[in-house]
Amino acid sequence: MDTDRERHRARETAFYLFTQQSLPACKPVLTPGWVIAIFLFMGVIFIPVGLVTLRASHCVVEIVDRYDIDCVPEPSRMDKVSYIQDDSIPKNCSRFMKVHKYMKAPIYIYYQLDNYYQNHRRYVKSRSDKQLLDGQKYHDTSSCQPVESNNNRPIVPCGLIAWSLFNDTFEFIREGAELKVNRKNIAWKSDRSHKFGKNVYPFNFQNGTLIGGGKLNPEIPLSDQEDLIVWMRTSALPSFRKLYGRIEEDLDVDDVVVVNLMNNYNTYSFGGKKKLALSTSSWLGGKNDFLGHACVFAGCSSLTLAIIFMLLHVKYRR
Amino acid sequence: MTRGRIRARLRLSHLYTFACTRPEATEEGPHSIEGPGYSRIVHCNQPLMHKKKPFKYRSNYISTTKYNLFTFLPKALYEQFHRVANLYFLSAAIVSVTPLSPFSAVSMIAPLVFVVGLSMAKEALEDWRRFMQDIKVNSRKVKFHKEEGVFDYKSWKKLQVGDVVKVEKDQFFPADLLLLSSSYEDGICYVETMNLDGETNLKVKRALEVTLPLDEDASFKNFTGKIKCEDPNPSLYTFIGNFEYDHEIYALDPSQILLRDSKLRNTAFVYGVVIFTGHDSKVMQNATKSPSKRSRIERKMDYIIYVLFSLLLVISLVSSIGFAVKTKFDMPDWWYLQPQNTDDYYDPRKPVLSGVTHLITALMLYGYLIPISLYVSIEVVKVLQATFINQDIQMYDEETGNPAQARTSNLNEELGQVDTILSDKTGTLTCNQMDFLKCSIAGTAYGMSSSEVELAAAQQMASDLEDQDVERSTDFRQKGKQQEIELETVVISEDEMVHKSPIKGFSFEDSRVMEGNWLNEPNADVIMLFFRILAICHTAVPELNEETGSYTYESESPDEAAFLVAAREFGFEFCKRTQSSVFVRERYSASGQTIEREFKLLNMLEFTSKRKRMTVIVRDEDGQILVLCKGADSIIFDRLSKNGRLYEEDTTRHLNEYGEAGLRTLALAYKRLGESEYSAWNNEFQEAKTTIGPDRDLMLENIAEMMERDLILVGATAVEDKLQKGVPQCIDKLAQAGLKIWVLTGDKVETAINIGYACSLLRQGMKQICITEISSDAKEVVKENILLQMTNASQMIKLERDPHAAFALIIDGKTLAYALEDDVKQQFLVLAVQCASVICCRVSPKQKALVTRLVKEGTGKTTLAIGDGANDVGMIKEADIGVGISGVEGMQAVMASDFSIAQFRFLERLLVVHGHWCYKRIAQMVCYFFYKNIAFGLTLFYFEAFAGFSGQSIYDDWYMLLFNVLLTSLPVISLGVFEQDVSSEVCLQFPAVYQQGPKNLFFDWYKILGWMGNGLYSSLIIFFLNIIIFYDQAFREEGQTASMPALGTTMFTCIIWALNCQIAFTMSHFTWIQHLFIWGSIATWYLFLFVYGRLSPSISGNAYQILVEALAPAPIYWLATLLVTIACNLPYLAHISYQRCFHPLDHHIIQEIKYYKKDVEDQRMWTRERSRARERTMIGFSARVDAKIRQLKGKLQRKQPSSEIHSPARSS
Repeated sequence: MDTDRERHRARETAFYLFTQQSLPACKPVLTPGWVIAIFLFMGVIFIPVGLVTLRASHCVVEIVDRYDIDCVPEPSRMDKVSYIQDDSIPKNCSRFMKVHKYMKAPIYIYYQLDNYYQNHRRYVKSRSDKQLLDGQKYHDTSSCQPVESNNNRPIVPCGLIAWSLFNDTFEFIREGAELKVNRKNIAWKSDRSHKFGKNVYPFNFQNGTLIGGGKLNPEIPLSDQEDLIVWMRTSALPSFRKLYGRIEEDLDVDDVVVVNLMNNYNTYSFGGKKKLALSTSSWLGGKNDFLGHACVFAGCSSLTLAIIFMLLHVKYRR
Repeated sequence: MTRGRIRARLRLSHLYTFACTRPEATEEGPHSIEGPGYSRIVHCNQPLMHKKKPFKYRSNYISTTKYNLFTFLPKALYEQFHRVANLYFLSAAIVSVTPLSPFSAVSMIAPLVFVVGLSMAKEALEDWRRFMQDIKVNSRKVKFHKEEGVFDYKSWKKLQVGDVVKVEKDQFFPADLLLLSSSYEDGICYVETMNLDGETNLKVKRALEVTLPLDEDASFKNFTGKIKCEDPNPSLYTFIGNFEYDHEIYALDPSQILLRDSKLRNTAFVYGVVIFTGHDSKVMQNATKSPSKRSRIERKMDYIIYVLFSLLLVISLVSSIGFAVKTKFDMPDWWYLQPQNTDDYYDPRKPVLSGVTHLITALMLYGYLIPISLYVSIEVVKVLQATFINQDIQMYDEETGNPAQARTSNLNEELGQVDTILSDKTGTLTCNQMDFLKCSIAGTAYGMSSSEVELAAAQQMASDLEDQDVERSTDFRQKGKQQEIELETVVISEDEMVHKSPIKGFSFEDSRVMEGNWLNEPNADVIMLFFRILAICHTAVPELNEETGSYTYESESPDEAAFLVAAREFGFEFCKRTQSSVFVRERYSASGQTIEREFKLLNMLEFTSKRKRMTVIVRDEDGQILVLCKGADSIIFDRLSKNGRLYEEDTTRHLNEYGEAGLRTLALAYKRLGESEYSAWNNEFQEAKTTIGPDRDLMLENIAEMMERDLILVGATAVEDKLQKGVPQCIDKLAQAGLKIWVLTGDKVETAINIGYACSLLRQGMKQICITEISSDAKEVVKENILLQMTNASQMIKLERDPHAAFALIIDGKTLAYALEDDVKQQFLVLAVQCASVICCRVSPKQKALVTRLVKEGTGKTTLAIGDGANDVGMIKEADIGVGISGVEGMQAVMASDFSIAQFRFLERLLVVHGHWCYKRIAQMVCYFFYKNIAFGLTLFYFEAFAGFSGQSIYDDWYMLLFNVLLTSLPVISLGVFEQDVSSEVCLQFPAVYQQGPKNLFFDWYKILGWMGNGLYSSLIIFFLNIIIFYDQAFREEGQTASMPALGTTMFTCIIWALNCQIAFTMSHFTWIQHLFIWGSIATWYLFLFVYGRLSPSISGNAYQILVEALAPAPIYWLATLLVTIACNLPYLAHISYQRCFHPLDHHIIQEIKYYKKDVEDQRMWTRERSRARERTMIGFSARVDAKIRQLKGKLQRKQPSSEIHSPARSS
């Protein structure tokens, strides 16, 4: 009983204090001491973090090779677009990549496109998530404009994104032996299991008059078409890398990797570059010096401010 | 009823000499009233005549509401879409149904409906309250003549022109009436016009002679008459009309007109005919339309919105031009978009069209720059602030049970920016109750009690001298001690007084004259004479209180009542008045028994504001004829005989003291008259009284003048016009806060000046500039003269060298009428602004409003008008903020006001605490709002540059929707509702902190642009740091690169963190609520992300599992958040740290002192800071005390120039 009443009274006083705007409050004041301490603290935090980040970034080994021009035969370089659009010309090409530093497996293989607006509003919208999950059972593909149907039959997967699927392929050979490339598990697990249907097979895909990018094997369900899944994760910026696969063997210094690639994808119309990148990763991800530099810079600024305030405070003591 | 009958025997008109002796015959003849403006015809007692056209007038129903059922929707919607931002959102909502919209339609329409709906609901509620008040007034009951001499009740609204009504004592008149007769035989009645002009002394109205027989219900059976008069107009003091009765025509003038909303007093009943009803009545004609008020900040906010609109337009144009260019030149190459296969929107062949359509998309996309939730958040915040004002226990008046009330919540922050207060006097500053406090009889001062002014001065000096003790030499200290002791006695005597049961109107305290002890005083006979003058020389009527057996007095002015109460307490009880005699019970006569003495009243020359004196000629029981006179000291002193000046010097000194103490003074004098001398004079007087003609008044005055001559001074009285509780202190604090206070009153000049003294608005040594009109017929001459006076006064102020000199401007209503004319008013304003205090007397309600408008528009500063009566409604509506005093009878002022408080003293807390808080809260909140929306909105724009200006947003639609609604709204609301830079006690201790509002330190363009710049900086940091960090590299150990949802979500996380940390740095007061809202918002974001990611991918789309699977396991996500958050806030933090340390504002210093608990440890420093923080004031207690101290110091230095040891200069 008593505790009940007490609790009631406590609640009442709390409400009273609330209405009188006199609730207990902490009123931090930025006194010079606090200011200096805060800036010092930030400096002390950021500089080590930045250094650690930089170190992680330096551990990452990365080889990048731009191949879009070199893989066009000399005579066709004047008109690369007709070269790439001409199906009769073989598109295979070989590149050599020299390992300048020991690379520990897994080594990630990326293809990188430039000046490619995967983030264009028309492009981003042109897909149907429901269809990807449910296949032809889902009929409303109006969001897939302009690639929704062909010959009055729906296209699976519909939309511009799927239609423009990247279709260069890469093979890696080291010292004559083919390097095994793992192309499984390159897409997010959640995408594979929840967004792309296990029983949805490509249908009526790239059958129209306009052929965009790669074709899909109609025998394989969408959930296993990891290239498509990766591609359909549109990138934020017009220059982007996408994961192609993993080399699960270490590469030694001075190893030369021969890349046999099929240069199918048209970036020549809009002058986009194509690159191939091999990279190891650290806890931070790929090579990312900027983050470390930025942290160190922020830390140094804080320290400088702390020192300036200290000096000012000493000089103009109140 | 018996009371009425007793009084009915009195024919007061025979007593009075000046006030109600209108010539009785119609010698002037009826007014010739033809032509436009005089078309009204009223058929008395024939209301049915007014049902048909030419005589059909407006009903007596009044309505003060803004809307009615049909106009509400269009009018309120118009009000809402008056706001630019709302209009923009309306168009956005309309466009959002088309495919041009980058977002879904619901996300555009829902917030708009919510915002507009909420605001309109508020409007409706407020109007509903007004409506209820109208209903209350309209359904008041009044007795009217039904038929055949029978009277019945009917509600006010049903009253018609021509109705005969009977109004009883203490009732309000339901419409403008023509007085026909009253309970007094001679048709006189008393009217209190408090609601019209604020005056509390009763006014006498007098019926026409011909209608006097109509003094019974039955006599109206066959009564008919016709009134021809002027059309409805707002002039309260004029009326022109003719009354046709019994085939004769009589002229009517204002003294027969009873105005709606005035009240019948001291008269049992009156009969009257309704002339003007409802909105035709003079008081309603005086009503100005209530404008919808908006605060300064809100008005400025519109400009900021314009700026943001321009920004929005610019970036939209940039984007759409960019889009058009990209579409024309680049898009044909982007085969992956199938450019050959598009609709118009993306058609490279029609770049202009696609550019134009894109402009609309862009305008909507960047709409986040315009904070839609700003308005709704401000509404919410203001309602909560208003609740706090309503709930404040320290503004709750226990006597009346009235809390403070914010009646509109639009103006909370305006309270913090007030520059000039225009105050009514009666009922606002004073309680309208007089207290007899002191007197000076035969050159001896009696009365120990102190006035409020003296008390405060004594306390201040005591503490000041104590302070000086520490530093001054020892012998000097003794001197100080002595004074301290003297002062203490004053204080103690006050304490004793509190224990005595107070008698209303009597606070006198002096054993020398109380309880009959005056008999032992040396001048006992003079003292007796003094008391007799008090008891006899007046126009009051006694009324026996049957419960207590003592008499109470009903008088025209509260002063007289105080005198009579004083006389009663001294043993001279005025107990009866007959037509020709005044009876006084004298308790302490020589015989020691109570004797009832009769004084035959021979003549009475009553008080008028022009004469400023009152005289009665009586014959006492011994047959001795006495002339007893009381009046303003200057008037009386001019009329003393040579041998009557015995006490003049002492009395003058006392009068000065009383004046300085803020008391109202009157001098009393008498003379004895020989029988023959009297009869000679009386013959002349009677002759003059019966003269007919225009110079009758002048003659009467001259003859009266002859009698009031060669008087003998007896003494002087000092009455305290009881100020409302805490008024002087409140005025002092407000003055310290740098506010200017003007008093606008309907009262007489002298009364107003006295109150000025009592409130410390005036003090001795202040130079008073009185602007008066000269009596001249030519308007031009009068105006010329007034201009000259003002020019001279301005010159005088300019030439003044003394830095402590203060000026007071006093002007009366008639002069003001000239001063407010268009060509003069600027000069008047300039003069008035230079004066420390301004007092306008005898001003009409309309003039009050005009003065308010002049100050408001002329100075461009915020004005606050405070008043309690219907006469203040005009200025309350006109001022930027109107404050009504609640708890008095008429509710008109409160109904028209924006805030109502029960007592004037609460104004201090309302302004200095709530106003200051609300101003800073709203200012900071609005600034922060712009900051946050710029910081967020611009990132959308930057992204466009990377997405071909296609109108794609990097964030999920849901993030955008929740951004304003959930994720950033609560912290900013908590800033707007709970922020306190300093606590309320400190606000009150340092009134100068208030000046931050009027100086607008927190919402000037510097501040606003600073915040916008901060927003720009934050947006750049958030966007570009993230872009570079997540550029093309894998962001996880597993090698995945960041897709658009991942980058968008990270960026959004950074925004949430940066904005919430920013608001945390902005705040200086954290209760658990702020903590909950700020950190809760951040937590909510993660929670939302988690839950949203958990939903089926058909809902969450690309954000499916984004936190759990993609971002949370990546250290770079957390690291980027940390880095960006700190980087965003670093410059702000450095800026405020620098400002605090090296250019601190007032509240910074106080916060720091409080933080170090210096106020507890070092009391002296605290008080020093307090006195330093005072604004240099010219008015108020402190100024007065300062002046007194300066004076005292000067004296002391002169007295002991040698012993003074110079103390070291005080360290500051």
